[in-house]
Amino acid sequence: MRRSDDDQAGSTMMVWIRAHGFTACVLLFVGLFCLGPVLWQAVTSLKPDQDLVRLPPLIPERVTSVHYDRVLLQSSLPRSLANSMVVAASATVTAIVVGAFCAFALARLPIAGKSVILGVALVTSMFPPIAVISPLYLLMREFGLRDTLVAVGLTHAVYSLPLAVWLLTSFFQQLPKELYQAARIDGCTPVQALLTIMLPLARPGLAVAALLVFIYSWNEFMFALTLTASDTTRTAPVAVALFPGLYEIPWGDLAAASLVVTLPVAGLALAFQRHIIAGLTAGSVKG
Amino acid sequence: MTDRSFTEIKKRSGTIHLSERAWGYLFACPAFILVSLIALAPINAALWLSLRQQLPIFGIDEFVGARNYLQLLGDERFWAACRTTLYFTALSVSAELLLGFGFALLLNRLSDGAGRGLRWAHVMIILPWAIPTVVSAQIWAWLYQPDFGLLNYLLYAAGMTGGRIDWLADPDWAIHAAVVMDVWKTTPFAALLLLAGLKTVPQELYAAARVDGAGTWEQFRRITLPLLMPVVLIVLVFRTMDAIRVFDAVFVLTGGGPGNSTETLSIYAYKTLFQTLQFGYGSALATAMFVLAAVLSLLYLLLLRRHVQESG
Repeated sequence: MRRSDDDQAGSTMMVWIRAHGFTACVLLFVGLFCLGPVLWQAVTSLKPDQDLVRLPPLIPERVTSVHYDRVLLQSSLPRSLANSMVVAASATVTAIVVGAFCAFALARLPIAGKSVILGVALVTSMFPPIAVISPLYLLMREFGLRDTLVAVGLTHAVYSLPLAVWLLTSFFQQLPKELYQAARIDGCTPVQALLTIMLPLARPGLAVAALLVFIYSWNEFMFALTLTASDTTRTAPVAVALFPGLYEIPWGDLAAASLVVTLPVAGLALAFQRHIIAGLTAGSVKG
Repeated sequence: MTDRSFTEIKKRSGTIHLSERAWGYLFACPAFILVSLIALAPINAALWLSLRQQLPIFGIDEFVGARNYLQLLGDERFWAACRTTLYFTALSVSAELLLGFGFALLLNRLSDGAGRGLRWAHVMIILPWAIPTVVSAQIWAWLYQPDFGLLNYLLYAAGMTGGRIDWLADPDWAIHAAVVMDVWKTTPFAALLLLAGLKTVPQELYAAARVDGAGTWEQFRRITLPLLMPVVLIVLVFRTMDAIRVFDAVFVLTGGGPGNSTETLSIYAYKTLFQTLQFGYGSALATAMFVLAAVLSLLYLLLLRRHVQESG
């Protein structure tokens, strides 16, 4: 039974390849380029230590979960993952809530200096993070926030705010003006109109902005490196960068750790790739 | 409905009497406060610091005017970092643009027949973009490993090298190793933007060109390239800004070494700030970096404007 199923699968595959030869070649090429290095990391994470120091064979003869055990049960990586989750989630909520109000004001309310505000946002995001890091460090120390997750989350929220505001402003601008006016005539305050009418309609835009902020915050390294100082506050990328090795680099453990750290963002990116691509390309094509 | 009657109705029904404008400022306020506090204030402080000499360990903190910047001009290590940064930027951005364009053209051909193929391509192409830069640096560090890294093995098996190359310890190879890693990580971004741009090119233009007897290359040069120019420039701006600021990738891959052969401006500024604790001079370095980035993006904007004027 099993074999004939396989044969059938094989022959439909042949038909498919004949019909889509060009597609298959392109996909293979793109796939090898994009996934190859990651796949090799996955292979590495499953090899026993003594097999890591010999090549060939390319395909491992034995697989082991020892690296995952060590990284997940005996290291501080789970703590770092939890830290990253807290930081990225709070940065996302802050940036989206604050950004939505600001974007709505820019898109629909008659405030002065809109282009100045958007311009300042752009310059802020252009300024090299390395330039603000020492004053920011001193500022956080002044607030008593040195080596806390709050400092990292707040910084990530603010530095992704320009992106959130730009994206959400263009989303609010696409919603019909009359909706907001009708809500106001029906007795809604602007806050009520925004929360009950506009935000539900802008949900796709909110989702895109939230995804981009979350991925940015999860991956960010420089702020997280300089604003934290101990194992208990370290975020996942910092843990991967400063991976402890006593005499030599533990390549197997490191491979397992990097895959574990990548999993949440890779999962999000794959699940919502259409939204993310729409968000990344928004504006760049029309403009 | 006229604005006037709209305002009147609103006044009668609303419980809180604030003008629309006041509501607007209220809405923008939290964002403004946060950005002022966490972004604008530190930027100002950095500019101010760059005019001071600050060495906390010696208790030195004094205003020195432009002296840090003058010192910068005579600092051989600063110029070396500038050259490294520009070399890294030029090489990786042009490779990303060319490769990304190639990918986009290939993937655009796919979408004609099979929508499923394109979806799979999107799934694969988004992965390097989503991976944390730090992680991709570690992935490549393992590929570059001289004794049991995959790269040396594959090159040796293909008969292209005599043996062991220590990619990250060789001053000539190290910067190129960083470029390759950066190209792998960010080509997908360029490809996605260019692909979205290609989708907006009207197919009738190609049909008309074929009727006129234009070949594939001619079609690319006369239709695709000019129409895609704005997207190309946007990719250039985004990627150049990021490449000039490059930190994570090089920091994890080589830490600026061997020697100072991969020391970019960010790495030099980081070391000045946090290893030698020269806050003033480090801030001057960082500001110089910002000026470099701003000048380049201004150049691109001028190019973009000239292009829009020519075609409009």
